[in-house]
Amino acid sequence: MAHEETVYDALDSAHGGEGQWAFGTGFDDPLAGVDTTVPDGVDPADLGAYCLMLGDDALVLAQRLTQWVTAAPELEEEVAVGNIALDLLGQARLLLARAGSAGVLGRSRERASATIPDEDALAYFRDADEFRSTGLVAAPNGDFARTLVRLLVAATVRLAVFARLRESRDPVLAAVAAKGVHELAYHRDHAARWVLRLGDGTPESHRRAQAGVDAVWPLLADVFSPTDVESRLAVAGVAVDPATVRDEVVGVLTQVLDRATLRVPGWPADAPPRGRAGAHGPELAELLGTLQGLARQHPAATW
Amino acid sequence: MSEVTAEGGHGAVPTGPEVPVAPERAVSRRDWPLYEVFVRGKRGLNHVHVGSLHAPDDEMAVHAARDVYTRRNEGVSIWVVRAADITASSPDEKDPLFAPSGDKVYRHPTFYEIPENVPHM
Repeated sequence: MAHEETVYDALDSAHGGEGQWAFGTGFDDPLAGVDTTVPDGVDPADLGAYCLMLGDDALVLAQRLTQWVTAAPELEEEVAVGNIALDLLGQARLLLARAGSAGVLGRSRERASATIPDEDALAYFRDADEFRSTGLVAAPNGDFARTLVRLLVAATVRLAVFARLRESRDPVLAAVAAKGVHELAYHRDHAARWVLRLGDGTPESHRRAQAGVDAVWPLLADVFSPTDVESRLAVAGVAVDPATVRDEVVGVLTQVLDRATLRVPGWPADAPPRGRAGAHGPELAELLGTLQGLARQHPAATW
Repeated sequence: MSEVTAEGGHGAVPTGPEVPVAPERAVSRRDWPLYEVFVRGKRGLNHVHVGSLHAPDDEMAVHAARDVYTRRNEGVSIWVVRAADITASSPDEKDPLFAPSGDKVYRHPTFYEIPENVPHM
């Protein structure tokens, strides 16, 4: 290590000193050695539907965050938001693949060619009404402050769910959650730091942050009500009932907003699940148009 | 993409004349200080300079360094320091500082046999 040819040689931890730092080193496969059989007494259709819910949340939020690439206020923040989107995309990929292996593919297989993997078929060849993401992640970004407020809320909810999901009886969900909690803790931390600085910053940044909070809070009505699938799987020890994370989420968000000198709006009453039931506004279809356009126009394309 | 506008992106930290700049001067994005970033790899013995970035404060500089310079699993430890806090040697002094050691071969331990079990030599 004392004779590095370039500064990056010292950062290379694998490949016998071949210096391939640019391609990354020392990666782990999060599902290496994980048993992928569906646990006893669990309906594969339920398990697949639940994986779609968690996977679609990640996929849709990743796509929203990606909209900031080339438009973020600073280059460094652009990379940060892009990293977070990629973390979520990785979670989505594992979860959609799990849904596919459980046989939950919806109408996607009618459109996707056989060479396309399950997770890609689910991402690119389902219409909006087949998506199971909540309204929290589908809503437009708004300005930078509102985007970071939404990220704070979404990461707080997801971290609370994933922390419990580590104990899931489904080994794949447990492994995905164990990997995800580290990522989500960072996402929540990053968003909270920005909300603190914007809320307790200049009059203009405070105004925008408060407007962001006021715009995002009503979206929480679509977050905590369990679907029948989630209720059944929660009883079976596989899923997390979102109602059980409500107190933790309220506590964390209240603490951050208080410190950011932002007013906590009234908490919306829980409504029957909309997004989880496939009921979405036009904003999701518009988002998916961008996400899916290339794959649908050129189904055999590789890149 | 209509919601992702330059106004939305760049307006979060305002820089216009309406921002009160006294007595507490608002830190606008143009004023973000430059930080130098040092990363220690998993088996690296020391922190290595990898580059620089702009950040609004020290904490956010560590965060930004994590995202910009360790996203490919390069590091386990990060140092950041404001570039303005580094005292550097001047290029004008190059000869008086470094030329005198150029012909002092006796300062190198090349005349000793180094035992094979001595590491890091």
